[in-house]
Amino acid sequence: MLDNNQLLRFTTAGSVDDGKSTLIGRLLYDSKSIFEDQLAAITKTSKKKGHEGVDLALFTDGLRDEREQGITIDVAYRYFTTPKRKFIIADTPGHIQYTRNMVTGASTANVATILIDARKGVVEQTKRHAFIASLLQIPHIIVCINKMDLVDYSEEVYNKIVTQFEDVASKMLVTDVRFIPMSALNGDNVVNKLDNMPWYQGAPMLHTLETMHISSDINKVDARFPVQTVLRPQNDTHRDYRGYAGRVASGIFRVGDAITVMPSGFNSIIKSIDVLDKDLKEAYAPMSVSITLEDDIDISRGDMIVRSNNKPTATQDIEVMLCWLNNKPAKPRAKYAIQHTSNLQQAMIKDVIYKIDINTLGRNTEDKELNMNDIAKLKIRTTKPLMVDAYRENRSTGSIVLIDTTTNETVAAGMIV
Amino acid sequence: MSKYYLNYLDELESEAIFVLREVWAQFENPVILFSGGKDSILITHLAKKAFHPAKIPFPLMHVDTGHNFPETIQFRDDIIKELGVKLIVGSVQESIDDGRVAEEKGKNATRNALQITTLLDAIETHKTDCAIGGGRRDEEKARAKERFFSHRDDFGQWDPKNQRPELWNLFNGKHFEGEHFRAFPISNWTEMDVWNYIKRENIAIPSLYFAHEREVVWRQNTWIPNSEFLVLEEDEEVVTKKIRFRTLGDITITGGDESEADTLEKIATEVAGMRNTERGNRSDDKRSESAMEDRKRQGYF
Repeated sequence: MLDNNQLLRFTTAGSVDDGKSTLIGRLLYDSKSIFEDQLAAITKTSKKKGHEGVDLALFTDGLRDEREQGITIDVAYRYFTTPKRKFIIADTPGHIQYTRNMVTGASTANVATILIDARKGVVEQTKRHAFIASLLQIPHIIVCINKMDLVDYSEEVYNKIVTQFEDVASKMLVTDVRFIPMSALNGDNVVNKLDNMPWYQGAPMLHTLETMHISSDINKVDARFPVQTVLRPQNDTHRDYRGYAGRVASGIFRVGDAITVMPSGFNSIIKSIDVLDKDLKEAYAPMSVSITLEDDIDISRGDMIVRSNNKPTATQDIEVMLCWLNNKPAKPRAKYAIQHTSNLQQAMIKDVIYKIDINTLGRNTEDKELNMNDIAKLKIRTTKPLMVDAYRENRSTGSIVLIDTTTNETVAAGMIV
Repeated sequence: MSKYYLNYLDELESEAIFVLREVWAQFENPVILFSGGKDSILITHLAKKAFHPAKIPFPLMHVDTGHNFPETIQFRDDIIKELGVKLIVGSVQESIDDGRVAEEKGKNATRNALQITTLLDAIETHKTDCAIGGGRRDEEKARAKERFFSHRDDFGQWDPKNQRPELWNLFNGKHFEGEHFRAFPISNWTEMDVWNYIKRENIAIPSLYFAHEREVVWRQNTWIPNSEFLVLEEDEEVVTKKIRFRTLGDITITGGDESEADTLEKIATEVAGMRNTERGNRSDDKRSESAMEDRKRQGYF
């Protein structure tokens, strides 16, 4: 592989009927990412279940319950590599009761793939998947119009669905949408282009994934460095070393940059940036590095180093779009722990502004109860300031989770408005 | 011109370092589970990077089944000395002697499942609240469901259907007394990524991974090394073959492949051409379709 080969993360959302598992199986199979013993195992299972041929969908079953029930319950991660890129698939279930799993898979994705059954066109589930992709600000969407073999590879059907989807997406915050007509079952336009749809001038799915521009997906403008921990070796060779360890959340830091530590507001200059024994001139997102400063100032976990001329907002009051993840409903005015970058504070839900009906995308300002899988806009107040950016600008410094301190469970995921 | 994106190996490295630092920041008594295999060696190397110029701030924990390759133990002791970190050993033999577990019986008996008790005992004794492992999601279907921060209840059990959601880079390690976490910094690496990285960084690994002459027996479609623990069947014959191991587990259950790959370069090329999965030679996984899931639920690595 080449030195500049990148890592691309994409999600698939869908139910068994959409051919989602078949699509993933096809991607892995045709890109030769499936091993012979895996193939032997699913061939055996296919036979046992009485399927004709090899059921590629069986590749994606993980837990025993999933195999028995033939459904995806949780997010499962799959990996494959081509000579151009490494891919991580977050394979998520598509039904409404698994919205939280879709949100989880979407949180780190560069690309969302949305499956549409060509016979059915855009349905409620399609809208939901598109909405989640836009809510989580996945930078690219690939709409796979699948089962084209069952509609005689009709260009007319394809065009109709494209228009339907465009109409839906026009209300949402999505920027890059691509459409691919395919038959995952026959392997048409997944990895290879067959002769069935000469009217389609575009590339198959894999080629699209291999070549789309993703290096701008992370914000490289606003320099943000949440401090994870402080490195103080206190050994003979590094007696005075005091390094701030963290991962650049966004933007670029260079040695000599004037920086401000938030929330304290102390200013200093970057003295060095290093990883192991490598001294770097600059570090950009998402690099994990250790930064030292010219001045000795009090910095600890939860603080954020930023460039002095470009600061996030320090605030105790945030508005978030929130997905409730837990089967215990949200308690109004209840207190939760809130985690934002490396900063852990206490928070209180002050108000539910509106809930979103995920099927109609309408707003409901009457119903204030948050149950599992609900998406709502809320006001949250924290005990100490968070250093935030809008999620639209910065996925890393614009995201939070809420933790129920009585169970320690992660109960909600929020995107700062 | 400078570029402002990472290649895939740098991104995986950065992610793993981030996870290791989160573990250090969120837990009181983390340990690295060290088996002497390439994945735990990789974790140790990444930990060195994550905390440099400070020392790795946690001990290595080795669950010793007593059925080791001697090379692995030598390698473990050398790395401990080089890094100046503490070693914690949990001994399966002691668990057997104390009557905590009983040896399996029969021809294919192994101490694999026995490790669970020893591991959980060691975690309890040392008040470990997070055990960092080299598990990867591409290894096995139950492992594909793992979180970076994976909760274990006070019996050390994993509940795969009730896992904490893990979004963005926000890892929640909060836990009650007696519970612990497993952390998997190289979740997103594949076997190929591991080899490409070991090659790039020139990381020292046990000689067992390189092709070498060894006495072996053909059993369960793989070359099982001859050792004092191996009970030969009547129709089995000890032969000498040039082999290498793709994974390292107990000497009793780890099969080797015939190979000429005696450099990292050649190994990476060989792995790229492999048509079987890495754990295909591990008889511990072959027992049933959900062998790994069942063991993991009980507290296995």
